Amino acid sequence: MRIFDPHIHMTSRTTDDYQRMAEAGVQAVVEPAFWLGQPRTNPGSFTDYFDSIIGWEPFRASQFGIKHHATIALNPKEANDPRCRPVLDLLPRYLAKDGVVAVGEIGYDSMTPAEDEVFAAQLALALDHELPALVHTPHRDKARGTQRSIDVVKESGIAPERVLLDHLNEVTVAAALEAGLWAGFSIYPDTKMSPDRMVAILREYGLDRVLVNSAADWGKSDPLLTVRTAEAMLAGGFDKDDVDRVLWRNPVEFYGQSGRLDLSDPAEAEATFAGNSILRGGS
Amino acid sequence: MTTLDELRTFLPTDFKPADVPALFPAAGRRYGRAPLTEGWTTDEAARALMLAAVPPAEVQEIYRYGDTAEKLAVLKALPLLTIGDEGVPLLEDALRTNDTRLVAAALGGPYADRLGPEAWRQAVLKCVFMGVPLNNVHRLHERADSDLGAMLRAFAHERQAAGRDMPADATALLDRLQED
Repeated sequence: MRIFDPHIHMTSRTTDDYQRMAEAGVQAVVEPAFWLGQPRTNPGSFTDYFDSIIGWEPFRASQFGIKHHATIALNPKEANDPRCRPVLDLLPRYLAKDGVVAVGEIGYDSMTPAEDEVFAAQLALALDHELPALVHTPHRDKARGTQRSIDVVKESGIAPERVLLDHLNEVTVAAALEAGLWAGFSIYPDTKMSPDRMVAILREYGLDRVLVNSAADWGKSDPLLTVRTAEAMLAGGFDKDDVDRVLWRNPVEFYGQSGRLDLSDPAEAEATFAGNSILRGGS
Repeated sequence: MTTLDELRTFLPTDFKPADVPALFPAAGRRYGRAPLTEGWTTDEAARALMLAAVPPAEVQEIYRYGDTAEKLAVLKALPLLTIGDEGVPLLEDALRTNDTRLVAAALGGPYADRLGPEAWRQAVLKCVFMGVPLNNVHRLHERADSDLGAMLRAFAHERQAAGRDMPADATALLDRLQED
């Protein structure tokens, strides 16, 4: 079984997680830029964070044979802090990077006018940089936030198949799929979505344009819930090809639209420098 | 050593300074990553020629916002550029990281001659610590001195006390320094 986790915040996870993920079949991840537990107060904090998810984190992942890509954006929560707003001017530098496969996470947190403005500006950046967009749907007032996100996406002119609406559930999935967008589901231990509920959604809505992720971060979450969902699919009557489609080929198709997804063997691509193996591991 | 003029014969491109900030991160996608000439891939060569077109402050800015491949390309190009000592902080930045590729690149070329002896010894010891092969280090045998020997001897002692192996290339270097 090969697993591509299309949404996971590895910067918050340990090497033990990388080890367990690699052993369970996770071979590729996308790390979206998002908020941290502690709000940031200046653009420099963001650039150091962006550097980390396009630099250090892919290096760490490569040591476990996992391919790591990132999405870059000013997240909606911190878009409300005027001290963070200058980050928008720095985004084009990062959106030009080889390892950046989408603009994200953008979208709504509290649906403020500042969030409207920053969401629209970053959809325009996605168009400029010919990148797909990863849109977070709010945890509070989710149904209204989802519908409003779909409206903003439509107004922006970006092709719907280049947009992923994430953290969906039973109440919000239909609107996303009907609008032609990709539907993302974050499988969490207690909250957003569970493996069994996910299997029921796949039965009802099919496997087209559906992505399953762990969204594991600094909160209570589990980077192996992608694998648990794959197992639940098999137990629920789906076959191995269905699992491969949802947990590998679908994320490859979505992020592949960037033209920058590189899934070549990381051992070959990263572990040699000037013909020498350099990944003996820090002592 | 390859020169900028040699690279230009393989990649006859003149870069306008104003285009460099946008082109530099996209070099791999635009020019490809295939081997071009001895020791240089096409994207590395393109990036070296771009850096040659901009002032030192811009080289520093490109490094600051570069991903790992871009930073590696800057470090590789440094000895070809007329940048004087203004690139030394970039080497020091690379040596502060825990990315073996950046540490190796910082010590791998003639620009590392601009590092003072103390910084250079620490960097060599860091290579031993991280498992970066010492044959990558530029002018290792010429620059290795008795102070580096003392540092390696102490490191070997620690490893021995812990029942751990010392990398073979570090043991060989220590042996050679003790013979001198």
